[in-house]
Amino acid sequence: MLIGVPRETRAGETRVAATPKTVGQLMGLGYEVVIESGAGNWCACADEQFREAGARIGTAEEAWGADIVLHVNPPDDAEIAMLKDGATLVSLMSPALQPELVEKLATRPITAMAMDAVPRISRAQSLDVLSSMANIAGYRAVIEAANVFGRFFTGQVTAAGKVPPAKVLVVGAGVAGLAAIGAAGSLGAIVRATDPRPEVADQVKSMGGEYLSIESPEAEVSATGYAKEMSDDYKVREAQLYADQAKDVDIIITTALIPGKPAPRIITADMVASMHPGSVIVDLAAANGGNVEGSEPDEVVVTPNGVTIIGHTDLAGRLPAQASQLYGTNLVNLMKLMTPGKDGELVLDWEDVVQRSMTVARDGEKTWPPPPVAVSATPAAPRPPAPVAVKEEKKGLSPRRKYTYTALVALALFLITAAAPPELTGNITVFVLAIVIGYYVIGHVHHALHTPLMSVTNAISGIIVVGALLQIGSGENVVTVLAFVAILLASINIFGGFAVTRRMLGMFQR
Amino acid sequence: MTVESVAIAAYLVAALLFIMSLAGLSKHETAKQGIWFGIGGMAIALVATIALALWGPHDGMSSLAVTLMFVAILIGAAIGLWRARVVQMTGMPELIALLHSFVGLAAVLVAWSGYYTVEALGDAQTEVSTDLLGIHHGEVVVGLFIGGVTFTGSIVAYLKLSAKIKSAPMMLPGKNALNIGALVVFVVLTVLFVMNPNVWILVAATVLALLLGWHLVASIGGGDMPVVVSMLNSYSGWAAAASGFLLGNNLLIVTGALVGSSGAYLSYIMCEAMNRSFISVIAGGFGIEVAPSEDTEYGEHHEITAEDTAALLADAKSVIITPGYGMAVAQAQYPVAELTRELRERGVEVRFGIHPVAGRLPGHMNVLLAEAKVPYDIVLEMDEINDDFPSTDVVLVIGANDTVNPAAEEDPASPIAGMPVLRVWEAKDVIVFKRSMAVGYAGVQNPLFFRDNTSMLFGDAKDRVEDILKAL
Repeated sequence: MLIGVPRETRAGETRVAATPKTVGQLMGLGYEVVIESGAGNWCACADEQFREAGARIGTAEEAWGADIVLHVNPPDDAEIAMLKDGATLVSLMSPALQPELVEKLATRPITAMAMDAVPRISRAQSLDVLSSMANIAGYRAVIEAANVFGRFFTGQVTAAGKVPPAKVLVVGAGVAGLAAIGAAGSLGAIVRATDPRPEVADQVKSMGGEYLSIESPEAEVSATGYAKEMSDDYKVREAQLYADQAKDVDIIITTALIPGKPAPRIITADMVASMHPGSVIVDLAAANGGNVEGSEPDEVVVTPNGVTIIGHTDLAGRLPAQASQLYGTNLVNLMKLMTPGKDGELVLDWEDVVQRSMTVARDGEKTWPPPPVAVSATPAAPRPPAPVAVKEEKKGLSPRRKYTYTALVALALFLITAAAPPELTGNITVFVLAIVIGYYVIGHVHHALHTPLMSVTNAISGIIVVGALLQIGSGENVVTVLAFVAILLASINIFGGFAVTRRMLGMFQR
Repeated sequence: MTVESVAIAAYLVAALLFIMSLAGLSKHETAKQGIWFGIGGMAIALVATIALALWGPHDGMSSLAVTLMFVAILIGAAIGLWRARVVQMTGMPELIALLHSFVGLAAVLVAWSGYYTVEALGDAQTEVSTDLLGIHHGEVVVGLFIGGVTFTGSIVAYLKLSAKIKSAPMMLPGKNALNIGALVVFVVLTVLFVMNPNVWILVAATVLALLLGWHLVASIGGGDMPVVVSMLNSYSGWAAAASGFLLGNNLLIVTGALVGSSGAYLSYIMCEAMNRSFISVIAGGFGIEVAPSEDTEYGEHHEITAEDTAALLADAKSVIITPGYGMAVAQAQYPVAELTRELRERGVEVRFGIHPVAGRLPGHMNVLLAEAKVPYDIVLEMDEINDDFPSTDVVLVIGANDTVNPAAEEDPASPIAGMPVLRVWEAKDVIVFKRSMAVGYAGVQNPLFFRDNTSMLFGDAKDRVEDILKAL
């Protein structure tokens, strides 16, 4: 089947739905690819490179008329008209926000799939455009802030004086927030982050940031039913935290978004006014109303006290090559999912929740919204309790039997020693005591040292050479021969055992 | 101060150094000191003994004997150092088993020498006072017997470990009766020898001991070899202690008892780890039933390629590698260590889970991994890592089988039921490196291979790991 990748026509769009690299991957799945001439101009992918990767360069009509059309932005009316019957269109569509687009797509006998309607289940992560774009946006937000910010991010001590490190506050530790934490941290800034979900604390830490929790000691007390009050109290504390931070930090990057709702207003005009002159705020939620009072979508606002508020909504598009590569890879992963035979034949599996959820229109029929998907939020069935250890609890000897055994052993030893001729009692004494010492000395041996321990005890048991050494001079020829062999064997043991143990121990390293 | 009293003092110091040596060997931090204590103790003991032999109460040692003594030490030292230098770390179990046999044989020779210096001379002997003569007779037989059992037992263990003979347990009819019978005959022989020290009785006891040692170890399966090696270690200690009684030498007694009891305790720890009865293992497979043949249908196994494994590993956050004897056989420890380094550089958390009886020698896997320069603090034992499997992305099972068999926990009818195992199946993905679908040492099919989250990577473990490295 033929895949068409048309040029993006929306003003300011820099991305493209395929790069030379993803073209190669698509062809590996058995497809042919046609790219509209000039599609990659903005992201440094020249027609020539696409051609080298194996794609054909064609006109807009050819690209839109392919069996499968991969695109970034939602199509306009003219573009929908160019699609051929039975075609499959894959692009961003925001079906929830643009019902009229879905209606229009449903008037044509085509399949329309929205890349921004991928269900958030772990299997579908490789298709999740929202994550891949948010990652870029978070990174770019830091770069934008650094561009405007008049100072270093990293602290330095120079001959010209000491430079303090910049302090960055990231609001919201989602994908974009974490990317921003990582980028700001690697530039050398002190990074702090907030998020209402306490479980992200570890993720923030892993990216090199410090997690600021909104402490609410009353939370537990209020659990008696004053939910509203508790929530108010929480908000007060939250506002207090942000007000304190605003006075302290140099850069604020806000990424707070609640799905399907306008962005929460987090940074008030008062907080902005309390910031140092020269501070920068990047509002990633500007398109949805903004987290910051006074931010304007696609505008850079400078407040009277010299704080710059950046409201770019095209942060991902400002890294066109990267964004195209990630978006293109998301599309390749979708194609992989839908091309089970790797034979260039697209198969829409209606039973697959991922494909079902993404499909907003099929054969002239509106299929949006999809049936709800049981996302990972549903608690997993509680694990059955770990199988009870099959190993029976070892029956410890009852104290009485223990005493009995001890007494018997002691009595036996006593009788043997008492009956033994006096020359032997000393021998028996050291023998018994040495057994006990051997047992305790070895008590807590580390499992990794079993082999070296064994080879060293082996070397030590070569001590039998002592016996042979004392016998060799007895004068009897037979004894001399026997003792000679015994000395030889035991020496092998002693020298070999110690040498090999040393060799082994030399290898153990942390 | 005579040479004798100096020697006795030196023996005391040597014995203390041996104790400190064993104690030091129990921990990584002190292991290297431990070995120096051991070497020091041995050096002191040797010098003191040579001095005692040369200038002690039995003066008049012929120059021939003196020469022979030093020649024997030098030859032995040369052979020992040479073997220690060239031995492969995968060949450690064989070497240690062989070294045990030397101690056993030396004990036999010392006992025979004891016979020739005392009993063979009849009334002409001057070594032992007449009232202690009976005890000396007994000590000769006991020392000889323990040494003989150690000698042939170790030889069989060596042959089994080096695959020179089949490692399957030898199943003679009535083997328990044979073992017990041999012990009874031994007691009878001892009594006879004490009453009438006759050379033929001693020959009979020697033959009996050699046969018993052979039979004991031959009837133990290859899977129990780690315990056997450790048990033979213990026997070699008892053999030395018996020689000590024979010669009235406290250093031999102390050292032999130390080695004997520590070896026995080590074997006991390992039996616990396998949920096997200590008695049944040391008595030569006592009470082991033949595993019933199984007809259970396990379903299909899934195969995976090295490339897909590499992709899986590259995406993983945490990886646990559980090696077994197969890794040693395939000499795969170097590529495995390389893979570990590669993954760790990519930020993947890699750890090793070692089952207490993995390999053919206690701690065998640790030595191999250490040889390949895997840092020892990521090599964990079963109890330390077993709870971490559910949060692990990928487990690589390299040449292990019975130690990762879920049947041990889930199937009460399984022959290995109750043996603690590494719960690898709780991880997200399990990759099993295996030559074929054959069963492990215990002869039990492994349901792990048929689980949905398990994939089989067939072929030589070393080649496959190298393929993965290439794909990475």
